[in-house]
Amino acid sequence: MDAVAHAPAIEHGPSLRQRLAARGFDAVTLLVIPAAIFSLLLFVYPFAFGFVLSFEPKAGGDWLANYRRFFSDPFLYETIAKTLWLAIPVTLVNLLLAIPIAFRVRLMRNQRLLTTLLVLPITLGTVLVAEGLLNYLGPQGWFNRTLMTFGLISQPLKLVHNYWGVFASLVITGFPFTFLLTLSYVTGIDPALEQAAATLGASAWQRFRHVYLPLLMPGLAITFCLSFVQAFSVFPSAVLLGEPAGPTRVISIAAAQAAFEEYDYSMGSAIAMIMGFVQLGIVVAVLASRGLFYRGPASGAKG
Amino acid sequence: MIRDTTIGAKLWAAAVWATVGFFILNLLAMIATVVTSSFATRWLGTWLPAGWTTRWYTSAWSEFQLWDVLIVTFQVIGAVVFISGALGVTAAYALARRDFPGKRLLVLLFLLPLLIPPMTFGIPLATVLYQTGLAGTFWGVVAANLVPTVPFVILVMIPFIEQIDPKVEAAARVFGANTFKLFIYVLLPLLLPGILAALLLVLVRTIAMFELTFLVAGPTSQTLVVALYYAVFAAGVRAVQSIDAMAVIYMVTTLIWLIIALRFVNPTQIVTRAKQQPAH
Repeated sequence: MDAVAHAPAIEHGPSLRQRLAARGFDAVTLLVIPAAIFSLLLFVYPFAFGFVLSFEPKAGGDWLANYRRFFSDPFLYETIAKTLWLAIPVTLVNLLLAIPIAFRVRLMRNQRLLTTLLVLPITLGTVLVAEGLLNYLGPQGWFNRTLMTFGLISQPLKLVHNYWGVFASLVITGFPFTFLLTLSYVTGIDPALEQAAATLGASAWQRFRHVYLPLLMPGLAITFCLSFVQAFSVFPSAVLLGEPAGPTRVISIAAAQAAFEEYDYSMGSAIAMIMGFVQLGIVVAVLASRGLFYRGPASGAKG
Repeated sequence: MIRDTTIGAKLWAAAVWATVGFFILNLLAMIATVVTSSFATRWLGTWLPAGWTTRWYTSAWSEFQLWDVLIVTFQVIGAVVFISGALGVTAAYALARRDFPGKRLLVLLFLLPLLIPPMTFGIPLATVLYQTGLAGTFWGVVAANLVPTVPFVILVMIPFIEQIDPKVEAAARVFGANTFKLFIYVLLPLLLPGILAALLLVLVRTIAMFELTFLVAGPTSQTLVVALYYAVFAAGVRAVQSIDAMAVIYMVTTLIWLIIALRFVNPTQIVTRAKQQPAH
């Protein structure tokens, strides 16, 4: 009894090491430090540096000079509208195509061949897709040739070095990405819910509209955001397949030109920050509207 | 399973499959165009080229100095794979095994480089690398490529480590294993399939990672995809077939690794990070 009452450990409480361990800090937790330092150095620091640098114009002037120049020069501020005019239709097309296809593919027993084929353009990357489409969609390419053979058109369609070339490349690389994300959300919903609706006499459209769609909405919102930011930062295909001086002068071209052709890193950073804020704005708007939809379990468990 | 047998449902299904078929047909035709063109002698205004040759491969090989480019590419990829594995797996282990204040913030920090497109964070990153003099060098390219791959490995590995029972490690400790032995004889064999899958995905993604390499690479530190971009960008200087031959070399390099990767991973993992839930 005496020995326990006078044990020093109880009087002084647990050591610092024990208290830290109880909160989850011990030698194992320290393993996270190298990756965290790395991320701070190469991700957080450049972002902060770029943010500060964007307020220090190269040509002098006050701290907002870069932003004022961006929003007063039509050659610069129009890039936002041009990029949105590409990114939003492409994202909507990809998403609207992906939903019905994902619902069909979810019933397939063997999805591996299809998913492998769809992963091809993502793996090959935007540069190769742009190079391939230049030949394939060109005036002498197989696409125009086929349409002309079937008599659908008499003149070759102009599909490269304009808006539609970039559009096509964004569909080819963006659709598989959107589709595979949508598919993973669709297969995450318990089919028992649909079976229950069917038992109660709901038609296919009613089952989709009243059972699946509300459950799918949060996932679709995230899919839209991820696909949108990818399309919004389009770069190689806008240069190679589009008109980089005209209708497809997207915002990343403006940023890269300012930074690496005019060597105005301050202006380049300012444009990159504007690009980030537009993306953030759209993502926040989409995710905020998510609150209007159903949120809750998507499994068919009781309760 | 519910079977809809109305005509409308059948037409709808047919329309959906037709769309999928149209997409895949165009995709394969696009790839076939590049391959056909790379073997063509002269191809103007006809369905197929006038004759076949392999000389474009030898000319592309020497014109674009592909041997040097390929060596640089594999050195960059090797360094990226090794470093992102070492940094990513250790961090994933800590995040999977411990709960500590600030963990959510840290996970968000690792999630952001995967959600933000490379072009957005690449420009400030390249600016910093230019100011430190790292840009244009081999290690600058490696550092830029590591920004999305380290978080990728972490997020792929966390669920994988969580499913390994901590009691196995406790048992090894009871029998007197020190940390090094625990890692070599217990953890590594259990983690190996996950590490292999994560690193193969990193490899496939790094070969095709254009934006970051483009922004920081110098003439001697270009990877294959950036060299291909410059070749297409300056089209007209070289024969189209020569550029196509280079594109085929790039495709083959990528596809070999994709085929190897697909033996170990589900194709959807290239897009989504976590393992897909099995469908009911």
